[in-house]
Amino acid sequence: MSLMSLTAVELGKKIQAKEVTAVEAAREAFLQIERMDSKLHCMITVDKEGALERAEKVQEGIEKGFFKGPLAGVPVVLKDNLCTKGMQTTCASKILYHFKPTYTAEAVKNLEQAGAVILGKANMDEFAMGSTTETSFFGVTKNPWNLEHVPGGSSGGSCAAVAAEECSYALGSDTGGSIRQPSAYCGVTGIKPTYGTVSRYGLIAYASSLDQIGPVAKDVGDCAAVLEAIASYDPKDSTSVKRKDYDFTTALVEDVKGLRIGIPKDYFGVGLDAEVRESILQAAKVLEGQGAVLEEFDLSLVEYAIPAYYIIASAEASSNLARFDGVKYGYRTKEYEGLHQMYKKSRSEGFGAEVKRRIMLGSFVLSSGYYDAYYLKALKTKALIKQAFDRAFERYDVILAPVAPTTAPKLKESLCDPIQMYLSDIYTIAANLAGLPGISLPCGIDSKGLPIGMQLLGDCFQEKKLIRAAYTFERTRTYERCKALKGVL
Amino acid sequence: MANVITDEMMEYVGILAKLELSKTEREQAKCDMGRMLDYIDKLNELDTDGVEPMSHIFPIHNVFREDIVKNSDERDAMLANAPKTKDGAYKVPKTIE
Repeated sequence: MSLMSLTAVELGKKIQAKEVTAVEAAREAFLQIERMDSKLHCMITVDKEGALERAEKVQEGIEKGFFKGPLAGVPVVLKDNLCTKGMQTTCASKILYHFKPTYTAEAVKNLEQAGAVILGKANMDEFAMGSTTETSFFGVTKNPWNLEHVPGGSSGGSCAAVAAEECSYALGSDTGGSIRQPSAYCGVTGIKPTYGTVSRYGLIAYASSLDQIGPVAKDVGDCAAVLEAIASYDPKDSTSVKRKDYDFTTALVEDVKGLRIGIPKDYFGVGLDAEVRESILQAAKVLEGQGAVLEEFDLSLVEYAIPAYYIIASAEASSNLARFDGVKYGYRTKEYEGLHQMYKKSRSEGFGAEVKRRIMLGSFVLSSGYYDAYYLKALKTKALIKQAFDRAFERYDVILAPVAPTTAPKLKESLCDPIQMYLSDIYTIAANLAGLPGISLPCGIDSKGLPIGMQLLGDCFQEKKLIRAAYTFERTRTYERCKALKGVL
Repeated sequence: MANVITDEMMEYVGILAKLELSKTEREQAKCDMGRMLDYIDKLNELDTDGVEPMSHIFPIHNVFREDIVKNSDERDAMLANAPKTKDGAYKVPKTIE
């Protein structure tokens, strides 16, 4: 069995036990990347030389007893919107092609302190705007389960890389479902933490009030271990929160007795694929069998989450992306007359269609005369959505829902209709608006042979409840993941 | 409200967004924006009278710190990312006559 078939924590244990070295693990990961990535294109940048050098250093550190944690020497891939000092960071955009940050994102630094070996940077939708990883300037990523399907997005490269065992785990970012939805499409596990849990310092901003970095991994145990490593209070991120608990792995307990699980009826209505619905309700029964208490309820406001999200996210994006002007970094147009034309041409040639669409929409909803009608209205809607969740969490410990209405769509199907693509985030977006933590984990395979994901949502700071429920569910299952992947492998 | 997306409005938004779209791009963007706004207008069904707009989910306050330089001088590394530089500075077209 390949080292890359192990979970991150299993591999970390073998490394600590001196059964394998960090260098051997990294070499095996690169073998797998060489074998798989020409078909899948999960990666934008592969840093073999740097990673092997780093693996040697980490191995020395392990032998000296400096690195003792569960992730020391374990190879990881980072979404390409996380700044890595000296390593190209593109956000999958032409406008940042060849950009080499002068500093490393705080979450990545935390991983480095845990002894992580960074293999490279994963593909994504341009500036994390998209739900399929098809808006990347560097080309699409394909779903390892079926090459004719999308991996989801925007963290599609991270999730596909984990599914294809090109790395032991990955980091993604989630603004409207960008970790959870591709995790579901690729049959892996991902967590979007409570807003403020992981520092956003060094994460190239899309919509600052919604963005959170989180882990993508093979199972719940790995996700808990990675979250424990990356979460920290960081004065460099003014929205960073000082939490009481960072010991997420202590929640890896098989026990949901008496856990109150709410099932929002309005997440199971029109638009939800019948096989997905069946699989999620089956998962609910499994948890009930383990002692959880199920109850259906009306969450309300579900259909308002997407419109509110697109106003808020586009507004923030139009402001955040103003910095890309061809002066300090990134692409500058070849011919121009004067400063303003340089700005305009550089931006127009450097950004892709979806990014331009959102910048335009954002500029419009913030413009004088429309600010109240759109932007303020969206912020009020956000308040109402938060209140709806507050009411739900008075009664339930966790909410169980689908991650997405369908399994992974075919390539090119989503791009022709933006609103249709936005609808694939209908069950994930509200958690970002309300700042809630969510976990996505596999719960079945549909008749097309594609994985189905279930989602657990918790109240703010209740990651441990999610981890406990997800872990308990996971322990009842054996997956045919390896078997189903064989077609590609 | 969607009919506000006229050619003049697209021109104005282009100025705000600092984007210069080609004719076909602009037609497409105009159509997409119209559709998006039709969709977004769904929010008008919601009664939000008396609801406080929520920009952040937690009550956050300004974070103050002492103004102490902690980072080192990375001018060369930063300039290495610039499309054009001159004498240790960013080079841009002439801005004033």
